[in-house]
Amino acid sequence: MAKVPVQFRLNGSDRAAFADPADSLLTVLRRGLNDFGPKYGCGQGTCGTCSVLIDGGLRLACLTLAASCEGASIETVSGMADGPNLHPLQTAFMEHFAAQCGFCTPGMLTAAKALLDRNPNPSREDVIDAIAGNICRCTGYEPIIQAILAAARTLPAQRRS
Amino acid sequence: MEFRKDLFQNERDDNLNVVGKGVQRQDMPGHVTGRSPFFDDHAFEGLLHLKVVRSPHPHARIRRIDIAAAERAPGVKRILRGSDVPVNKNTLLSLINFGKDDEPTLAVDKVRYKGEPIVAIIAESEAQALAVRALVRVEYEPLPAVFDVEEALKPGAPVINDTYPGNYFEYHEKYDHQKLRFGDVERGFAMADHIVEDRYQMSPIEHAPTETNGSIAAPEQNDRFVVHSCAQGLFFSLGTAAKIVNLDSNRLHFIGGTVGGGFGGKVDSLTEPLSILGAMMTGRPVRYVLDREEEMLYGSPRGAERIYIKDGIARDGRILARQIRSYFDAGAYTRLSSYAAIKCTAHLPGPYTIPNVASDIYVAYTNRCPSTAMRGFGITAVDFALEVHMDKGAEACGLDPMEFRILNAYRDGDMKAHRRVAKNTALIECVQVAAEKARWPLSDEARRQSSLTGGGGARAEIPATPIDENGRINRPETRGGRPTQTLPAGTMRVPMTKQPIMEGSTENRPKAPAVPQYEPYRPAAAAPPPVAPPMTAPPPPAAPPAVAPSPSPAPASQHGAHRFSSVFGTRRR
Ligand code: FES
Ligand code: FES
Repeated sequence: MAKVPVQFRLNGSDRAAFADPADSLLTVLRRGLNDFGPKYGCGQGTCGTCSVLIDGGLRLACLTLAASCEGASIETVSGMADGPNLHPLQTAFMEHFAAQCGFCTPGMLTAAKALLDRNPNPSREDVIDAIAGNICRCTGYEPIIQAILAAARTLPAQRRS
Repeated sequence: MEFRKDLFQNERDDNLNVVGKGVQRQDMPGHVTGRSPFFDDHAFEGLLHLKVVRSPHPHARIRRIDIAAAERAPGVKRILRGSDVPVNKNTLLSLINFGKDDEPTLAVDKVRYKGEPIVAIIAESEAQALAVRALVRVEYEPLPAVFDVEEALKPGAPVINDTYPGNYFEYHEKYDHQKLRFGDVERGFAMADHIVEDRYQMSPIEHAPTETNGSIAAPEQNDRFVVHSCAQGLFFSLGTAAKIVNLDSNRLHFIGGTVGGGFGGKVDSLTEPLSILGAMMTGRPVRYVLDREEEMLYGSPRGAERIYIKDGIARDGRILARQIRSYFDAGAYTRLSSYAAIKCTAHLPGPYTIPNVASDIYVAYTNRCPSTAMRGFGITAVDFALEVHMDKGAEACGLDPMEFRILNAYRDGDMKAHRRVAKNTALIECVQVAAEKARWPLSDEARRQSSLTGGGGARAEIPATPIDENGRINRPETRGGRPTQTLPAGTMRVPMTKQPIMEGSTENRPKAPAVPQYEPYRPAAAAPPPVAPPMTAPPPPAAPPAVAPSPSPAPASQHGAHRFSSVFGTRRR
């Protein structure tokens, strides 16, 4: 199959790749652009470890055709920190022991960011709901929930309004 | 978290640097920034992808493998068959000389479980490799399959794994199970007021790590191959792969240790040998990753166990005898199941002082996916069965289940069924704290008990144990054997004959070439024939002090399982 060019913004930079029309965004990010932040856990939309933000919305990269992302703005965990300064979610995950093997962590952080971006004052139920599509087989859900709630509390006051 | 510092105060060292303190893990920054290098997080120019063709049958002869069409398909770089694998028969524990090679990397003449790999396809893209699977033609002659452990051990059952034609793992190349005998269970049952018997059946459990099994191998400078691996035991995998691809291990450069969830399911080197072989054959980097479906169906699970337990209990709640027969379902190949049965035997009869114990633990082959390590395998399932059985025992004699456990719990100085003295026991305190947390009422008497007191003394005695005419621990009564003599009370172990003591035996099997040589056994003459009645019940844990006069130290065990020192070794102190 002939490859087609795709262009999008990835973590703030313009990137281009040649993709098979059937390639998922996950394949193009990982194997085409060497962004290994999003992970392959199932390739069928069940684990959430490939989660990315496309134009601010939470999406599963394994179920998204790369070709459909033309012109979009994509955020992955790799762009979450501002240089050496970690995002409050990242700091909170470190402080609350919210990663064991670390494989679900990129997806968890991305889902959590999608939540805090639209709701800076989430309840515990909101948090549980937000990560409902993400499997942590190390089963560290409670520390993850605590970390997300803690991160929300440290967000700048004006964001919490 | 709560530290109960009131318990075992004199056994604790509080002068510790890390225990009890929060310390940041060194891998955390990598995890939260998505930069932790999992095996698949490496870019390679010219990366090839490997996929395998798997058997659709649980048991079949392979008549013919036709790869002609597959070889001509677009994108295909190389097709591998069993004949391309330099050492196409391996068993994982061969690295420590335990068990016979019994599993091919790619099946040659037979498939023994559904999903067994037969042919490997290496192509330019994953999609091409997947598509080409349909072009590989394999002709099968289906054979009768066995899925039940006890069916597999019946005479006349189809032979599953030709290396072990009896469908059981052969300990020391001649014993069909692991055996434990302590005292005389039949006597114990005869004295009991209640007999509680049941059967427990576990299911296989898939580890389902979030990261599926996989590896990438690539030619490196200096005539070596770099291997990015998800293996839980990196050097175990290196040794296994080096053997299978027949390279000196110093030509393999394994990188790993960042594992996306393992839980035991990443000790089998499911992908490394084929990735490396692919890189050797093509001169290019080769990536072999299980997809989620393969991981769930064919990644080796926790082995299912079937466990039979029979307890004889006195009216006052003391367990007088416990008999256990268990079958560990290895699936089609051994992997680590042989070790599970050893662990299981070492764990019996659970943390209780029982004066008469007998167990026979089998590893049976079936046409199911080979099972492997998983979180306490060999222990977890039997513990579940034992503890459910404890509840039933408590019910049978009308006792509170917590008090029943405290009554039967082992205490420091007690003799365990393996003829080792119990040390650092803590079950009583665990039950007391659990009861407290659950607001479960305990009697004052139960609350006063302690692991530190009441053990030893008569409870440190080794009971008389029946043995057969060859000086071996008696065969299970289920097979018609009768005790012909008795090992006198107080005997630490059977004087070593050629037969290691803890296993069962199988008649009419060819003699093993390399059985450890022990001192010749000089039989009964030395043993006073009728022995004083064995101590059939531990004296009820009476009034305190009686701190165990620790009996003379046991001579070091020399039976074949001693190499698993973590199992048979002593604990702290
Ligand atoms: S890899 Fe996308 S949801 Fe699992
Ligand atoms: S930390 Fe291992 S899967 Fe979540």
